[in-house]
Amino acid sequence: MAAHLKKRVYEEFSKVVQIPHEETPAKKLRLSKPSKSAALHIDLCKATNSTDALQYLLQFARKPVEAESVEGVIRILLEHYYKETDNSVRLKIASLLGLLSKTQGFSPDCIVDDAINTLSNEKSHQVLAQLLDTLLVIGTQLPESPAVRLRLIEVAYKHLSDTYFGVRNKCLQLLGCLGMVDAPLGKENEGAGLRDVQSIISDYFGDQDPRVRTAALKAMLQLHERGMKVHQIIYDQACRLLTDDYEQVRSAAVQMVWVLSQLYPESIVPIPSSNEEIRLVDDAFGKISHMVSDGSWMVRVQAAKTLGSILQVSPHFLEQTLDKKLMSDLRRKRTAHERAKELFASGEFSSGRKWADDAPKEKLDTNTVNLIASGACGAFVHGLEDEMFEVRIAAVEALCHLARSSPSFAEKCLDFLVDMFNDEIEEVRLQSIHVLREISTHITLREDQLDTVLAVLEDSSRDIREALHELLCYTNVSTKECIQLALLELLKNLNKYPTDRNSVWKCLKFLGSRHPTLVLPLVPELLSTHPYFDTPEPDMDDPAYIAVLVLVFNAATSCPTMPALFSDHTFRHYAYLRDSLSHLVPPLRLPGRKQVYGLDSVDSGPGSGSVESAQLFLQQSLNRVSTIQNLEAPGAQDLLDFTIRDLQRLGELQTELAGAADFCATYLRCQLLLMKALQEKLWNMAVPLCLKQNVTATAAAQQILEETYKLEFLYSGLESRQVAIIHHVRLQAKALQVILTARTRQGSDPLISSCERFLQDVESFQRLFLTELPHLQDSFVDKLLELMPRLSSCKPVELVKILQTTLRQSGLLQLRLPEQIHRATATIIEPTGESDNPLRFTSGLVVALDVDATLEHIQDPQNTVKVQVLYPDGQSHVIHPKPGDFRKPGPHRHRLITQVYLSHTAWTEPSQIEVRLLLAYSSSSTSLTSPSKLGWSESLESLPPAEAAVEGTIPLSKAVKVYIMPKPTRR
Amino acid sequence: MPEIKVTPLGAGQDVGRSCILVSIGGKNIMLDCGMHMGYNDDRRFPDFSYVTQNGRLTDFLDCVIISHFHLDHCGALPYMSEMVGYDGPIYMTHPTKAICPILLEDFRKITVDKKGETNFFTSQMIKDCMKKVIPLNLHQTVQVDDELEIKAYYAGHVLGAAMVHIKVGSESVVYTGDYNMTPDRHLGAAWIDKCRPDILISESTYATTIRDSKRCRERDFLKKVHETIERGGKVLIPVFALGRAQELCILLETFWERMNLKAPIYFSTGLTEKANHYYKLFITWTNQKIRKTFVQRNMFEFKHIKAFDRSYADNPGPMVVFATPGMLHAGQSLQIFKKWAGNEKNMVIMPGYCVQGTIGHKILNGQRKLEMEGRATLDVKLQVEYMSFSAHADAKGIMQLIRMAEPRNMLLVHGEAVKMEFLKGKIEQEFSIDCYMPANGETTTVTTNPSVPVDISLNLLKREMALGGPLPDPKKPRTMHGTLIMKENSLKLVSSEQALKELGLNEHQLRFTCRVQLQDPHSDADTLHRIYTHLKSVLKGYTIQHLPDGTVIVESIVIKVSSSAEDSNTKVLLLSWSYQDEDLGSFLSSLLKKGLPSGIC
Repeated sequence: MAAHLKKRVYEEFSKVVQIPHEETPAKKLRLSKPSKSAALHIDLCKATNSTDALQYLLQFARKPVEAESVEGVIRILLEHYYKETDNSVRLKIASLLGLLSKTQGFSPDCIVDDAINTLSNEKSHQVLAQLLDTLLVIGTQLPESPAVRLRLIEVAYKHLSDTYFGVRNKCLQLLGCLGMVDAPLGKENEGAGLRDVQSIISDYFGDQDPRVRTAALKAMLQLHERGMKVHQIIYDQACRLLTDDYEQVRSAAVQMVWVLSQLYPESIVPIPSSNEEIRLVDDAFGKISHMVSDGSWMVRVQAAKTLGSILQVSPHFLEQTLDKKLMSDLRRKRTAHERAKELFASGEFSSGRKWADDAPKEKLDTNTVNLIASGACGAFVHGLEDEMFEVRIAAVEALCHLARSSPSFAEKCLDFLVDMFNDEIEEVRLQSIHVLREISTHITLREDQLDTVLAVLEDSSRDIREALHELLCYTNVSTKECIQLALLELLKNLNKYPTDRNSVWKCLKFLGSRHPTLVLPLVPELLSTHPYFDTPEPDMDDPAYIAVLVLVFNAATSCPTMPALFSDHTFRHYAYLRDSLSHLVPPLRLPGRKQVYGLDSVDSGPGSGSVESAQLFLQQSLNRVSTIQNLEAPGAQDLLDFTIRDLQRLGELQTELAGAADFCATYLRCQLLLMKALQEKLWNMAVPLCLKQNVTATAAAQQILEETYKLEFLYSGLESRQVAIIHHVRLQAKALQVILTARTRQGSDPLISSCERFLQDVESFQRLFLTELPHLQDSFVDKLLELMPRLSSCKPVELVKILQTTLRQSGLLQLRLPEQIHRATATIIEPTGESDNPLRFTSGLVVALDVDATLEHIQDPQNTVKVQVLYPDGQSHVIHPKPGDFRKPGPHRHRLITQVYLSHTAWTEPSQIEVRLLLAYSSSSTSLTSPSKLGWSESLESLPPAEAAVEGTIPLSKAVKVYIMPKPTRR
Repeated sequence: MPEIKVTPLGAGQDVGRSCILVSIGGKNIMLDCGMHMGYNDDRRFPDFSYVTQNGRLTDFLDCVIISHFHLDHCGALPYMSEMVGYDGPIYMTHPTKAICPILLEDFRKITVDKKGETNFFTSQMIKDCMKKVIPLNLHQTVQVDDELEIKAYYAGHVLGAAMVHIKVGSESVVYTGDYNMTPDRHLGAAWIDKCRPDILISESTYATTIRDSKRCRERDFLKKVHETIERGGKVLIPVFALGRAQELCILLETFWERMNLKAPIYFSTGLTEKANHYYKLFITWTNQKIRKTFVQRNMFEFKHIKAFDRSYADNPGPMVVFATPGMLHAGQSLQIFKKWAGNEKNMVIMPGYCVQGTIGHKILNGQRKLEMEGRATLDVKLQVEYMSFSAHADAKGIMQLIRMAEPRNMLLVHGEAVKMEFLKGKIEQEFSIDCYMPANGETTTVTTNPSVPVDISLNLLKREMALGGPLPDPKKPRTMHGTLIMKENSLKLVSSEQALKELGLNEHQLRFTCRVQLQDPHSDADTLHRIYTHLKSVLKGYTIQHLPDGTVIVESIVIKVSSSAEDSNTKVLLLSWSYQDEDLGSFLSSLLKKGLPSGIC
């Protein structure tokens, strides 16, 4: 209270005295405060000639200026501006003005007048353009000031008629950025009259300078982006600009036409050469497709991209883009069947595939109306054959967009996409495979198309092969021959590239489940069964045989008659595969096979039911565990043991719930460990007698800590409730540690510091999970917080005692599961660890080891996933893969393909090193994403930095052993 | 009116022996100088006597431009330069200059050493001829002399093929040579800017063809080769040593690598290795893919393709052989063809155009029995396939080029007459420009409408600008006053004062006078005053003065009044105005003729 009073007194005192004081230095402040401007002023005054001045300005521009001194600097600059005779210096000043008005926290409205004034006296066009640019910056900084905007627009109008292109450019830019939405401009000045900004801009579509034309188009596009509805009148002008001599104009015109086609798709435009009329969107589509054969590849890319987003076009026009015929009414289908036949004799052009089929038969009927400019026909044929792969990719993407919205078009463009699989650039091939996958719901591949598609399976690029597998997963085929063909080629692929095993199996799984009826007639042949003779039992470890079985079993799920065709060993193999590759082999209803049926009864029934029942089971287990009131209750341990075991098994069986089950199991294990550590009799014993137990308890505490980090960082989809519970467990473990320290160490110093640290932990927990506290009723933390005032003042020994009792009395927190929990997993595909041939290299040099791994449910793997190499001598290296080594084949999935460099001194014998993936975490990163981020950062200063971010790594995958042999150097 | 004359000496409504004479702005240019594959007599070379009866060509030609190294475009070059006699400049691109002599030498060997012809050009002549060659770079403007300039554009087709833009003053011609608008496995597509030439001379080999997409063609080709190989047959692909051959090699090479095939691929030796060497060198002339990847591996370093030896033709088992020449008219390809023709398992793939009269042309037209020299006949049992791999632009490609260059006239050469006729119709309909297709020796004359550049004095321009709006509006032409001076071969537009000063002439005043009779009962002075007030009310914005000496002056127009001698009521008005005020003067005279309104006092 006294302090408060004193403060007030002081305040009042200062008020009285300061007022007169403030008056006088106010002026001084203006001059002296922006010390920078003063320095600048002096510099500029010192400058004897323009070169010097320019140098000073350049130096000045390198340093940032604080927001409060900006205005002063600007005044100085303007002052100098009026005095300066040299154009380049004035230009630099003008550009500096623009730069300065961009300064954060500075509102440039005070300099608008000055900037406009400078314009009126300026003679040099370049400087004028720069000044207008400055005004543009100011205008964009002040979006909510209509007065400034109006003035700037007036200025722009005034200078639009300048002879220098740069000035006109900038004026148009100004109009584009600031032109009023939905209000006719320039009401005050009678010259502009009621003309609105659009018609003024469109006047400059015909400017003599291509740069101004471009700027006018861009300004119009800018208006559109700002929400102004562009008038339809300019459509004709924009179309005329499509044939401009300059590529940047054409490119902008393509955009303009596109915008208009999106705004007025249904309005009708006449065709110049005839008296027919078509929809505007069709006309625009035709014109843009024409641009796909433009002379400049930039325009071609632009046009091809744009085509993909005109979805309202009529199918009639759309199909013409795939037609190479000059005339549109003589359309022909370009299916491969027809292509194989003699080519459609249209009487116009030959195809160039048959000798002398090009004798012109009839003259063209000149009355035939070209509905669409002839260049539009076959736009995509052109685009896909373009010289530049950029254009080809754009065309493929456009095809994709259009095909997704039109099934009939998808059907037609199929041949072309399949053709693209033979492109010479891998990127294009890959892209077209992806596109085909995306539209594959619309289409059914014919045999010959499939043939072409499958030929790509031999491609040496892994990306291509895997993209193709992915494609085959989604493909529909029409005949059983197709299935056979696909299987054959996939087996060939498997044989050639054994590393594709998983991908091929997965592909066959989908192929089977999609086409059960087509697989059915193939079954005897595939399983090589014979009506009379027993055939030899195939080798169960043969990947090719497994592939066939995966196909057959997946087909059998929806084809109940199929199992009748199986021979005895097939059933045995089924049982084996169902267990070992449960993600590939679905549960089957096998009549008369009791033991197989029984095994699957846990999660029997069709897929969705089993997931539900498993979910139910999971919930029940958790409920059962939640009945444990006290950690010391008898039988609690057993119950936890059983539940953990159940959950683990459930996770293995039901992949959908693996994450959730694992999460629960780990959490329960933590609880179990805690329980065990607390139940030890050590608590009743004298300290020296229980050294051994102490060791186990310490280990337990350590393990719980590790597990909590795993819980927190390894699982995605956690909500703050779960995070709170995890932190709670961690807190418990820390409490345990404190108690143990108290028991083992005799000195009081470590105890005091650890107690302090613990209390800080509790506090930060409280801050972090303030919203979650009500849900933590009756928990350890809850009780601690009740006792908090007492804790903070009591002695360490007392604290330990309190902790001990609360820890033992606190109940088990019930775990509630969020919707989706996924465990981050990683599997190293390569190296396989099966090779007996050591990797030999000269010691001291490096050898590159290819590592290929799939990662699932990892956010931001570029920063978190590391590769660890462990040498036999205990030396361990952690390698950070390059961001480019990660690919993203699907949602929540990543693929790491990288090279790890190994090196070591010479060994006498080959030995194994271990390679594994690690997940790096840092607690700070998650705290930032947690909801109470603000509270945390506020208290940052009070926390010791060591506690702020706990960094560490969690092993993410099983270690793979690689046999290596560094040889001594030969001399 | 100035004219451009185009006369094909070869390739007019024909394929082969390309040689086109162009006269433009007083310059004579020869475009290409090729030979004809189908003839072995004098007809194989262009008829140079058209240019000069006897004597050297140097006096008649300003330059010769060779578009690419195919013999039907450069085969007659040594003959022309060394035997007929031409010492002027010959232009070709760098790759053409490198490869052309190889082909010429090969051609010479076949004709002289194998056929035993005499009176043919020698190796030394080829060398001498090549010394006259000036190499061109793409998009480089070369000044042949003060007025004539040429510029080369990329044409695809074969390595180093170029289109040329020839310009004299404001007249220009573009000659395409052979070109290809679709890129292939080793070359890019032809490109030209919007140069708006007066004439575009284009080849039209595939005037009636629209080819299927390149990819299906490639796939079909590979499929056919693969099938034949799998059933143990042999595949013969007759090619010209350079050009298509390299493309097909790249195609097969990559396919072999992908499919892991083991059957051997041979390439008949000779010039191949040298030529391949040049292909490796001139990477900048190839397509995007090769340019991008040559750092890792030059695509022209083949792994699967080996040199061919004559004895290999009898080896058992499947094989693929590329052999020259492409039309099966002579040489190794014909020998191999004879050996393999009897077996129906084998296949011959004709990847390009065949001139009439060659065996290639015959078998493609379905002839199964061939007459050989010495009255022997040959049964053709093997499969004959035609895959259009020829890198010529198809109809659509030609149209595309026209759209790119926007010529004022079109001229078709290097194609068959019937097909040209068809394309001509198309072009005229689509672009509404004139299209010509002269036969050999026939001259096409095109009158041009060249724009004449005139210097305008800055002062005059500024003055005129000040009168009208601030900016010239391209939509509204504006008239201006000035004087055109033609002096010493240059045109100048200046203001009339300056013109007078420059030419040392005195300015003459031109005045018009006119009498107007007017019925007016008032005295002269009153009448004048009435006129004054009347004009004042009518002509607003003009300076009208009533001078004390009894005249009214409107701008420079002087009006005087006098009574007529007979009738004092009839007043005679004297109007006089200078030429500059002609408009106003005639307006006033017609105004005053109507009489004065009565209401004026």
